[in-house]
Amino acid sequence: MAVTPIDHVAKATPPSVASKIRGLSDRTIAWLFVAPTIFLLLAVNIFPLIWTINLSFTNFRANRPNRDVDYIGLRNYERILTDGDIWLTMQATAHFLFWTIVLQVLIGFTLAWLINRKFKGNDLWTTLIVLPMMLSPAVVGNFWTFLYQPQIGLFNYGISFLTGVDPSSFQMIGDVALAPWSIVIVDTWMWTPFVMLICLAGLRSIPDYIYEAAEIDRASKWRQFWTITIPMVLPFLMLAVLFRGIENFKMFDLVVQLTGGGPGSVTELTSINLKREAFEKWRTGYASAYAIILFVTVFGLASIYVKALNKVKER
Amino acid sequence: MSSYSITEPSSRQKWVAGSLVIFYAVITLLPLVWILTTGFKSPVDAIAYPPKVMFEPSLEGYVNLFTTRTRVSQEQLEALPPPATWYEEIVRNRDMVIAGPSRYGERFLNSVIIGFGSTFLSVFLGTLAAYAFSRFKVPLKDDLLFFILSTRMMPPIAVAIPIFLMFRTLGLSDTHLGMILLYTAVNISLAVWLLKGFIDEIPREYEEAALIDGYTRFQAFYKVVLPQAATGIASTAIFCLIFSWNEYAFAVLLTSGTAQTAPPFIPTIIGVGGQDWPAVAAGATLFLVPVMVFTILLRKHLLRGITFGAVRK
Repeated sequence: MAVTPIDHVAKATPPSVASKIRGLSDRTIAWLFVAPTIFLLLAVNIFPLIWTINLSFTNFRANRPNRDVDYIGLRNYERILTDGDIWLTMQATAHFLFWTIVLQVLIGFTLAWLINRKFKGNDLWTTLIVLPMMLSPAVVGNFWTFLYQPQIGLFNYGISFLTGVDPSSFQMIGDVALAPWSIVIVDTWMWTPFVMLICLAGLRSIPDYIYEAAEIDRASKWRQFWTITIPMVLPFLMLAVLFRGIENFKMFDLVVQLTGGGPGSVTELTSINLKREAFEKWRTGYASAYAIILFVTVFGLASIYVKALNKVKER
Repeated sequence: MSSYSITEPSSRQKWVAGSLVIFYAVITLLPLVWILTTGFKSPVDAIAYPPKVMFEPSLEGYVNLFTTRTRVSQEQLEALPPPATWYEEIVRNRDMVIAGPSRYGERFLNSVIIGFGSTFLSVFLGTLAAYAFSRFKVPLKDDLLFFILSTRMMPPIAVAIPIFLMFRTLGLSDTHLGMILLYTAVNISLAVWLLKGFIDEIPREYEEAALIDGYTRFQAFYKVVLPQAATGIASTAIFCLIFSWNEYAFAVLLTSGTAQTAPPFIPTIIGVGGQDWPAVAAGATLFLVPVMVFTILLRKHLLRGITFGAVRK
């Protein structure tokens, strides 16, 4: 019997599974595709969040699961908001947030601006500069404690080489005055490339003809910088600040490995403090209320910021 | 005559800019170079003052990383048969014998299993969801997408409390499965946002043509869209892998033994009187170098990955 082209087509037609699926409407497929993701996020994010809210009204302690749990209303929240230690933690976090963002924006933008001078080999150097950002903060943070050691540490040696100060005369991590700066330095070292990359994208998005027009109008380079470059890069810069702000508000791994919150509690950022309450003191209910307060703070600040960002973009 | 552009920097400007950037790059790479070199230093060279740039390379750090050792007396040492391998010899020179393998190998393997497992799952689920969000009218689409993103704003420690309790109840504490599911949930927001961007860039006409040719929606998805999105899927996968690879907060709280990954383990490598820095550096080197290689491979999509697709070049 002769094999006709139609038979080939018939053979190539997928088997019954496909024909069952063929019957599915786009709407069903859409739901089938989205459902697993939403389900997973509900199970691992939303359900725990609701559980945390529930726990935050109790005096539950996770290391004594069999003890009776009492609902104590808003007492946990009241205690947190009136606790002086938590305000100290917040101050440490604010110091860390403020200085990391200032330094990263200044250095990151400068670097991006220099790279945008399009010198030979700028791609290679950009890639190399980016490397620290992609590495494990815990592993790198741990190694920085070695670089920060008095005398034998590379950092202390470098400082003494540049300034002539005795390298064993100062301890970046052990000193109350220097420790907050030690975490700022490492975070800036790690994340400046992030701000740099985003600024670079912003600079590259400015079309040449704007500068050409400004040149024809005899605007000075200085004026071009302030009236063209800065306003055009601002939305990108603000986005970078948003990302760094959220990430550093959550900061845990790098600082835990570097200073562990010490000396005393001068570098005890909120996440580290929260970990102590939840997993060392086992005040689960109290820590849950703390977690909710932090989440609301990040979410609130981020929403306000995004509104501001959108206004800048519209201009 | 070559064309002259007023926006092109002068060669002197380029030279100054180039030198400044290279100067910054050299300074910023010093700590990384220090990790690589410390791994090959002997314990004495590692803590020498002033810090040693030139040194005699030694594999002691790597040997210490992979072994546990016990100290023996001189008489015991002399009674032993001569060392059979080069690494035994290194250990014997320190008056010690190898007691067994260290846990580094296991921890590294855990990182590989959990990293690849969660990457596969989040990219698989993420591709499906991203396709649906990109091509279909999903009710409340923007709200769902924002919800997916907002799960990233929570501090990991805040979510860790109920997850700790949940895992304890379900018996998922310190298991590979538990960590894979957890990292998948964290990574999926990145995967959906990135992949949606990549799929949005594939013209709809391709699928429409396939549908007219008699393909089902499903076939159009995996025979037309998937191959087109391959680069995007690959780079998303690498970003997810790097995240799981580097993650520390959940790993340190939810694992202790069987499923512990390398980041919580490496800082606990202890020698005589504190951290054994050459061994720590050796462990860090083996752990960081794969990420460095991936970063170089990814450089074209880097910006997209780190901004959730908000900035594209």
